[in-house]
Amino acid sequence: MAETAVRVSKPRARPASMRPLAGSRFGRKVRRNLSAHGFLIGAVLCFAFFSWYPIVREIIMSFQRTRLGVTSWAGWRNYITIFHDPTFWLAWRNTLEFTVLALIIGYAVPFFVAILLNELRHARGYLRVLVYLPVMLPPASALLLFAYFYDPTYGLFNHVLQAVHLPASQWVQSSGTGVVSTAMISVVIAATWMNMGGATLIYLAALQNIPGELYEAAELDGAGMFKRIRHITVPQTKLILSMLLMLQVVATMQMFVEAFILTNGGSGTAVVSVVNLIYTYAFALSGASNYDSASALGVVLMLVLAVFSGGYLWLSRDRD
Amino acid sequence: MKRFGTTNRPLCRWPGTRTIAGAAAVAALGLSAAACSSSNSPGTAGGSNVTISVDCAPPASSPVQHKEWDEDVAIFEKRNPGITIQSIYTSPCEVPATFTAMLRAGTEPNVFYTYFTDKNQVLDQGQAADITPYVTTKTVPVRRDIVLSAMAAVTAGKTIYGLPTVNYTQGLIINRQLFTQAHLNPDQPPATWAEVARDAKAIAALGQGIYGYGDYSAGNNGGWHFASEVDAMGGQMVNPAGTAAAFDSPQGKAVLQALHQMRFTDHSMSPTQQLAWGALQKQMAAGKLGMYIAAPDDIYNVIVPQDGGHINDYGMGPLPSASGTPAGSLSGGNDYMFAKRDTPAQIRAGIKWLDFEDLTPGVGQFNYARQKADGFPVGFPEPQLFTGATGQQNQKLLDASATINTSYYSAFTAAHEKGMGEPVDAQAVYKTLDPVMLAVLTNPNANISSLLSSAAGQVNQILANNG
Repeated sequence: MAETAVRVSKPRARPASMRPLAGSRFGRKVRRNLSAHGFLIGAVLCFAFFSWYPIVREIIMSFQRTRLGVTSWAGWRNYITIFHDPTFWLAWRNTLEFTVLALIIGYAVPFFVAILLNELRHARGYLRVLVYLPVMLPPASALLLFAYFYDPTYGLFNHVLQAVHLPASQWVQSSGTGVVSTAMISVVIAATWMNMGGATLIYLAALQNIPGELYEAAELDGAGMFKRIRHITVPQTKLILSMLLMLQVVATMQMFVEAFILTNGGSGTAVVSVVNLIYTYAFALSGASNYDSASALGVVLMLVLAVFSGGYLWLSRDRD
Repeated sequence: MKRFGTTNRPLCRWPGTRTIAGAAAVAALGLSAAACSSSNSPGTAGGSNVTISVDCAPPASSPVQHKEWDEDVAIFEKRNPGITIQSIYTSPCEVPATFTAMLRAGTEPNVFYTYFTDKNQVLDQGQAADITPYVTTKTVPVRRDIVLSAMAAVTAGKTIYGLPTVNYTQGLIINRQLFTQAHLNPDQPPATWAEVARDAKAIAALGQGIYGYGDYSAGNNGGWHFASEVDAMGGQMVNPAGTAAAFDSPQGKAVLQALHQMRFTDHSMSPTQQLAWGALQKQMAAGKLGMYIAAPDDIYNVIVPQDGGHINDYGMGPLPSASGTPAGSLSGGNDYMFAKRDTPAQIRAGIKWLDFEDLTPGVGQFNYARQKADGFPVGFPEPQLFTGATGQQNQKLLDASATINTSYYSAFTAAHEKGMGEPVDAQAVYKTLDPVMLAVLTNPNANISSLLSSAAGQVNQILANNG
């Protein structure tokens, strides 16, 4: 039966005039995959025009310099310029600080909220909506809300501090002293609140795929809650956890809108990030704005993230 | 009347725009600018029909200015049948991010608006046409009476790239109502930092969330104001050669010490800081702020029409200084430049339009009689574009149609502040000084000497990089 089903009749010989195209292996391949290529071409064009071309152009521009209308090759000059900018290392330090804090707070909190939601028996749906709600707010609106909360004179947070007889804070307006500034912590809190919902839902979906029998067996063996999380929940969600870790690091290293809005368009040095600095080079130095330095810094950031992503994938290849 | 949207500020940045939306907007604006541009129009030098696109036309949301602009275009086109003005209605006139992208793409209108501080950027991008041969006393009769610092802002070497249309110096805007309530004399605004501190303390004592003095520390505006304050004290931001910072000086320290004292000793400044352009105007309009530094147009372009303040509640004094007479003031403004691709006929037509609309007393932006008839407040000491006979003629026309109480501004005008222009790499310098202003206004233990020294080192590095 099977043999009959797959048997095909031998094609008849075609006229010689049709052979060159129809008969070539390439032509057959193209015909066979025509629709697939058709579907693919839209995506390829989109990527080519809106991702690959800008990347290549940015790399080229990072080695060019435009002065008095003449664009010329500048070698490493743009890179040397940005490395000598006093804000450069500060921006990297702030960006790494934000990334680490966002990992400690923004990566762990959603995981435990997801576990909590998964354990709930009542009002689970409502609570999921509540947790996800901030994600639906446009980032600018959410951050303006936090800017109001942080206001040292009228803000909600200082009113709360005063109510419990604690000294008021300048929050995000702090000028940035100490290992981790109050301003940076303020930005991380706002960012975590804004983005927690999405990560929580992904964790929740992963948690719900863990077979209940595993927990029952562990309970019978006398495993407590923390042992169950450590030996069942974490290993079973490892793939999701590692994927989100990489995505989170890549996203937080590109922090921009949080610092931009909370510091009123960029002020102080406590929270200026690498992307803030790119924006400043390109747009915010009326009279001295240039894409040369902005492109060079963009390339540096891209390389750092590419090395991180590559290294991470290489390290995690066996486990996957 | 200064054209709507040409508010005196170094940058106008709108928070909350995400990258993708921003890029889309930039692209859209670029396309529309390209569409409006008449670079392919057959403009010839022989006097046949020529079309020029001009931006910064007031949109319909500013009905009086919009009406007056359209009237002027109609009058001009009637007088010059061969010239068609293609108005591009924009407000604000320049958004730096869009402007930068526009220059990069080369899609600016034939005659395009720039801030004085944009000159280097426009020249670096090769987007400005040399109009030197076209600017004569015949085509621009007031040429010799234009304030020198304003002409310098559109000139590189001996080459002229544009024509200034607005020039300003800054002073101290005061809330006369609050001065009266605090038993201070609003006709004698404070002139030294000690007097500012004294009056600010009296005003803050009114309570109810009212503060005596306000200043910026974000969006490059903190550095911008600091520069003006240092100029008034007789200091400088960078040395004359433009190679090193000069603000780490007794004048710079005195300014910051005065601010720190008002914020933490007198508590006459609000704990809410990190303010950028727009915030202090709102506080002033709401009757919550006694004084802040600005150019006069803040009153008639922002505080009254946008923020709901009452025109008679405000007056101006000179910038605070050590002696009571400011040694100078940061001066800035805006101008129009000409696209590199413009034909000679388009350049000639553009100069003719600017001379009519922006550089002739009694006409266009200086038609005070019409502004009065249209119900627009007249009499503010701005724009300070002319000196000599033209300046006197303009002042005469202004006085004849004044609708505001000009005596409220006499302390400012009597100071005759000398415009000092803006420092080299102005925005980069301002950006570096924002954190200094923020620290002084938010940290009770701020070390002023150390802050200034560190900022000076950073500015030296910036100047070296760009030199």
